[in-house]
Parts: sequence; C-alpha cells; structure tokens
Amino acid sequence: MDPLTSSTIASKIDIDRSVGDFRYDVDYAFDAGVGLSEATIDYISEVKKDPDWVRAFRKDAYHKFLKMPMPTHWATKDLENIVFDNIRYYLSQGQAPKRTWDEVPEDVKRTFERLGIPEQERKYLAGVEAQFDSEAAYSNIKAAVGEQGVIFVGSAEGLKEHPEIFKKWFGKVIPTGDNKFSALNSAVFSGGSFIYVPPGVKVSHPLQAYFRINAQNFGQFERTLIIADEGAEVTYMEGCTAPKFETATLHSAVVELVALKGAKIQYITVQNWSSNVFNLVTKRGLAHEDAEIKWIDCNIGSRLTMKYPGVIMKGRRARGEVVSIALAGDGQHQDTGAKMVHAADETTSNIISKSISLGSGRSTYRGIVHIPKHLKKCKNNTECDALLINATSRTDTYPAITVRGQGHSVQHEASVSQINAEQIFYMQQRGLSEAAAMSLAVNGFVNDLVQQFPMEYSVELKRLIDLEMEGSVG
Amino acid sequence: MSTLSIRNLHASIGNQAILRGLSLEIPQGEVHAIMGKNGSGKSTLAKVMAGHPDYTVTAGEVLLDGQSILDMEPDVRARLGLFLAFQYPIEIPGVTIANFIRSALQARLPEGEELEATQYYAELYSKMDELSIPRAFTARSVNEGFSGGEKKRCEILQMSMLKPKYAVLDETDSGLDIDALKIVSSGVNALRGPSVGMLVITHYQRLLDYIVPDKIHVMAAGKIVLSGEKDLALKLEAEGYDWLDEHAGIEKLK
Ligand SMILES: Nc1ncnc2c1ncn2[C@@H]1O[C@H](COP(=O)(O)OP(=O)(O)O)[C@@H](O)[C@H]1O
Ligand SMILES: [Mg+2]
Repeated sequence: MDPLTSSTIASKIDIDRSVGDFRYDVDYAFDAGVGLSEATIDYISEVKKDPDWVRAFRKDAYHKFLKMPMPTHWATKDLENIVFDNIRYYLSQGQAPKRTWDEVPEDVKRTFERLGIPEQERKYLAGVEAQFDSEAAYSNIKAAVGEQGVIFVGSAEGLKEHPEIFKKWFGKVIPTGDNKFSALNSAVFSGGSFIYVPPGVKVSHPLQAYFRINAQNFGQFERTLIIADEGAEVTYMEGCTAPKFETATLHSAVVELVALKGAKIQYITVQNWSSNVFNLVTKRGLAHEDAEIKWIDCNIGSRLTMKYPGVIMKGRRARGEVVSIALAGDGQHQDTGAKMVHAADETTSNIISKSISLGSGRSTYRGIVHIPKHLKKCKNNTECDALLINATSRTDTYPAITVRGQGHSVQHEASVSQINAEQIFYMQQRGLSEAAAMSLAVNGFVNDLVQQFPMEYSVELKRLIDLEMEGSVG
Repeated sequence: MSTLSIRNLHASIGNQAILRGLSLEIPQGEVHAIMGKNGSGKSTLAKVMAGHPDYTVTAGEVLLDGQSILDMEPDVRARLGLFLAFQYPIEIPGVTIANFIRSALQARLPEGEELEATQYYAELYSKMDELSIPRAFTARSVNEGFSGGEKKRCEILQMSMLKPKYAVLDETDSGLDIDALKIVSSGVNALRGPSVGMLVITHYQRLLDYIVPDKIHVMAAGKIVLSGEKDLALKLEAEGYDWLDEHAGIEKLK
C-alpha cells in the first residue's frame, strides 16, 4: 500500500481532529452535581433566579420526563445506555454573558478563540452568542442590528427582560411532553438564544450561536426561541463541538421557531460532535400565513443523533423546508429526518436529505408528512439519497407520508448508491490518493446541498467531510 | 533510462490469462501505436500499467524511467507521470471538471503548498479553447451526461493539464467524427515533445494520419506479434487483422 494513504494519514487525522477535540480546565462556580432530582431543579432555579412560573414549568416537565418511556419501540436501543444518574445537569461560572470578548474570562475565551468564533464575528456575522457548558459566556449583537429593534440575547435574559413576547410562544411550538427529551430539556434548560425580529425588519447577516461542551459527563440543554414578526427575515446559524471523552455526554436542545405572517426564518446547523455525544434534539417551527421556515441541517459526528426538524404550516400558503446532510462515521448512528405538518390550504413542504455512511456507521431517514383530508392544494416533495461507503455501512429509510383528500401534489424519491471501484480507480489514475478520491466523491454527492450553506460554512463543511473520509480509508 | 519499459508482462483476471508475455519499450520523445483486434488485450495492458485492482500480474515488470511501478498504488504511478486516457471514461457525479483537475494538480504539490487559482484557471481556459470545449463545461460534473466525443476531449484536456511523462491513450479516436478527431489529435500533438512518451492504442489506422507514430506494434492474444513503421498500419487497414493470426501462430511455434 502507498504509505501516504494508510498509516501516515491515520496519524495526521489525530492531529487534525483537534479542531474541536481539546479541552482547557475551567473553574466552575456553580455545579448542580451528578444526577437528577427535584433538588437539582431547585438548585438550577436558584442559581438562575428563575421567576416562579419558570420554576413551576420545570417541575411539571420533570414529572413528565419521569413518566415518559424511552422511544425505544421505534428508535434505537442505544438510548438505553444513557445513564441519567451519571450526568451533570448544570455547570457555570456564574457570570452574566459579556458584551465584549475582552471581558470574557480567559479560561473560556481561549476555547472560543481556538474555534475561531471572534474572527468569524468580525468577518460576517450580525451577532454572536457563545455558550460554554450551561451558560452563555458571550453575547453581542452589532449596534446597527440592535437599533432596528432586533433582540438577540440568551434565553435566561429573554424570559426576564422580554416576558411579554417570551411567554407568549415559549413551549407553544413544542409542548413539554412532546417526547421524553423535550421534557428533560424543559426541566433543566439553560442557555440557548432568544431572538425577536420586529415587523418588516430583514436582518441581512446571520446571527450565530456556538455551543461548546467542555465538561465530562455533562448534559447541555439549551433552549432557543426565535420569533420573526410579520414580514421579518432572519438567518440563524449554530455550530457545536465537544472534546472527546471516554464517557457519554448528552446534548438535548429544544428549538422553537415562530414565523408570523409573511416572515422568513432560516435556521442553519453545522454540528461536529465528538463520538461520545448523544445528540437528541427537538426542533420545530410554526409558519403562519405566507411565512417560510427553512431548516438547513448538517449532522457530523456524535454517537447517536436523533433529530427531525419540523414545520407546522398553520397559515395559508406557508412553506416549510428541510435540507439535511448526515454523515455517519464508524460506530455512529445518524437518525435524522423531517416532520412536515400541513395545517392550512396551499401549503408547501420540501424535504431533501442526503446521508453518507462510512465504516460501521448507520444513517436512518425518518420523515413524517401529514396532509389532512379537509385541506386543498397542498404540496410536498421528499427526496432522500443515501450513499454507502463500506460494505459494513448501513442505511434505512422510513418515510411516513399520509395524504388524505384530493388535489394535493406529493412526490417522493429515494435512492441508495455506492461509490464504485471504477470511480476510485479513475480518480486515483489522475493522482489523487484513495482517501482524497473518496472525499471528492462524497463531496460531489452532497455538493448541491452544500451550496445552500453560506460560503463560510460550506468551506467548513467540505473540510469536515474530508477529515471524516480520511479516517475511513486505508 | 528515460523509457517506459514493459518486459514479459503476464496478467490475468480471475483465472483467465489475458496478457501473455508482452514486451514493449517506449522512449521519452517517441509516439508508439498499438493496433489489434477487439479482445486482443489492449485495454487490459493500459489498465495493468495504471494499476487497476481487478488484474493480477503473474510475471514480468513495468519500469518507468528504470523504476519498477507494479507494486505502487495507481495514484503513485500517476504522480510519477503516467497518464491513461480511458477507453470508457468514468462519470463522477457532483465533482466538476474544474474542481477535479484542480484537485489532481494539487495532489502533485508538496504539502502546504497551494495551487495558484488565477494561473490555474487561465491555463484551463486556454486548453479548453484549444480543444473546443465550451467554458460552461468547467462547472459540469466529470463525464456525467457527456457525449462520447465530449468524454474523449475531456480526457485530452486532463492530459494536457496534468502534463504526464508517459501517456497511454486507449482508443481515444473511437466514437469521434472527423472534426472531433482533428481536434483531439491536435491536442495530442501539442503535447508531443522530447519529454513525453506516448502509447496510442487504436483500432483504426485513420487516427495515425493525424498522430503520426514513430513505431507501430500489432497486438494479438495478449502480446506484440509484429512491430514496424507507418506502412504496417496501411497494410492492416487493407488486409484486416486475420493474417496476423497466422503470424501469432508462427510466433508460438518458435
Ligand atoms: N472483467 C473481465 N472479466 C473477464 N474477462 C475480461 C474482463 N475484461 C476483459 N476481459 C477479457 O480480456 C480480453 C481482452 O480485453 P480488452 O483488454 O478489453 O481487449 P481490447 O481492449 O483489445 O479490445 C477479452 O477477451 C475480454 O473478454
Ligand atoms: Mg479496449
């Protein structure tokens, strides 16, 4: 074998993997300890100085969480390996998020600097929130955007400073008891963003949040609520990383989007979790008349990701879209998809999903499209394409499309393909190593979707895919 | 030393021996042609040289400037300067021609060095113009949905961008109309020079009107049965390949 494609590459990856796989020691002022009980929730509520209604909301959610079963009757049994008693539910330095990077404590700041966040902010973002374990360390919005009345703060600040908007929508798109993990999040949530964009305001640059897990055995439970008022437009991007630990880490977010009449929300995720993270996230948007919600979701890494971004099209002509790329590396399971609930006439949904499975990786597509009988002229298009790299790779597709009534237009296409040896030989003949050839072919497979990401993210994505591919060959 | 030498090459696929003691010497600066009936093993020779994993070499060697290449991965051989224009080029969905050639060039640079983009595109465009490939092709996926002629022109484009030391062209003329044949031939001729050795595989002598070879070899049943000059091609054209079977037979008796 060519020495360049085998062992040397493997060792190179270990170094390159350090993008997110590093950790600095940090002193935590507040630590809820290990395990979950009513006392844990009281502790969190005390530290966060929750209003009474929030504490009551948490308690109610906690009891729901205890009662609800794991969804193992349809999902993977790997969920049973989460030991809730071993997880730490709240860790923070007990400081309010800073408005300038200079004020962010050094031990936290260097993590975000290494991840390149302040630099990205300068270059192309309208605002940034950077969360470190349970709380935001940094939160800032460009003055010009703030002056338009756009609110971009952490969820804790949102619920205290803007209760009139916050309370109206919080927990309305995703009820506490939607699933066991939304209940868990509702019980212990901390961090995440609250965004409000006033009527007619179009935020030209993306707002970005970065979620960083630093501590071992930790659970990150951020809660994000985004409201675009009538005719408003906003793009939100989130990035996530964690260092690789021996033990399981849990990330379980709840994200609710509300697009009022004629509003547009685009929510972009590029996650690059290390392979010990259980990533169990509930994301849903509510689109009113003529509104549009688009989820662009890229899932790389994690031990198990379960995530099915959804749109409830509540108003006439509302549109919902999910564009997703999942890459299941060796030993990983990406269980992703989309939920499209048509609840008004002439609503349109579009789902495009591409997954890649490498080594013993497994990708699962689950989609729900629901068009009830009383509606007229709804449209759905679903495309899911899977690419298998190795003979041990696996993919499954579970599309559940229920369309009742007449005059709707529904299309569904699915494909499973493999990179064949002739393609690799052809590329190698041009001088590309086997790993580079694989990367190029995989990038080619997702190329049309990657172009939907903002430039900076598509470059990042390509790099992440290259790293994953290098690891899988030779 | 500056030669591509094939010595007593035997190769098989599965249990079937296809190359049976083939020897050939292509010095840098020369163009050699191989002609032979369908099934005589011409493409097999090309793929074995390039390192296709389906074939097993059972004896013999291939030396590139004195260096044995048969134990090398295909990409290492390519980076040493061996290029194969495929008889049937492969489609790579989603990978644009511009990106593909760029990646291939990048793979030849030392680590940490970046290909200069402006210069790259300038060269790509001028080569495309020479081969009458429309600019829009840079954004098309490699070979996907191309006509036969477009695929062949794209192979020559890659060859002229990658500037190999030794190029093997496997039936690059087949499926081309006369205009395309002229374009492709002038692309090949443009690359011709003292530092390139070429092996042009063809079934028809008409290609050799445009790419005039220094030597012609005739292949039958997995080996070279006859070598000669340009007039050999004309004889093949006039008399067909059948008389060679006899030749091959005589060879075997020796
Ligand atoms: N994959 C294969 N499996 C079995 N036999 C093959 C395979 N590829 C080629 N052959 C056989 O090898 C011989 C030579 O084929 P090839 O090299 O393609 O000839 P040419 O290019 O001269 O037409 C033919 O008899 C062909 O049937
Ligand atoms: Mg052939």
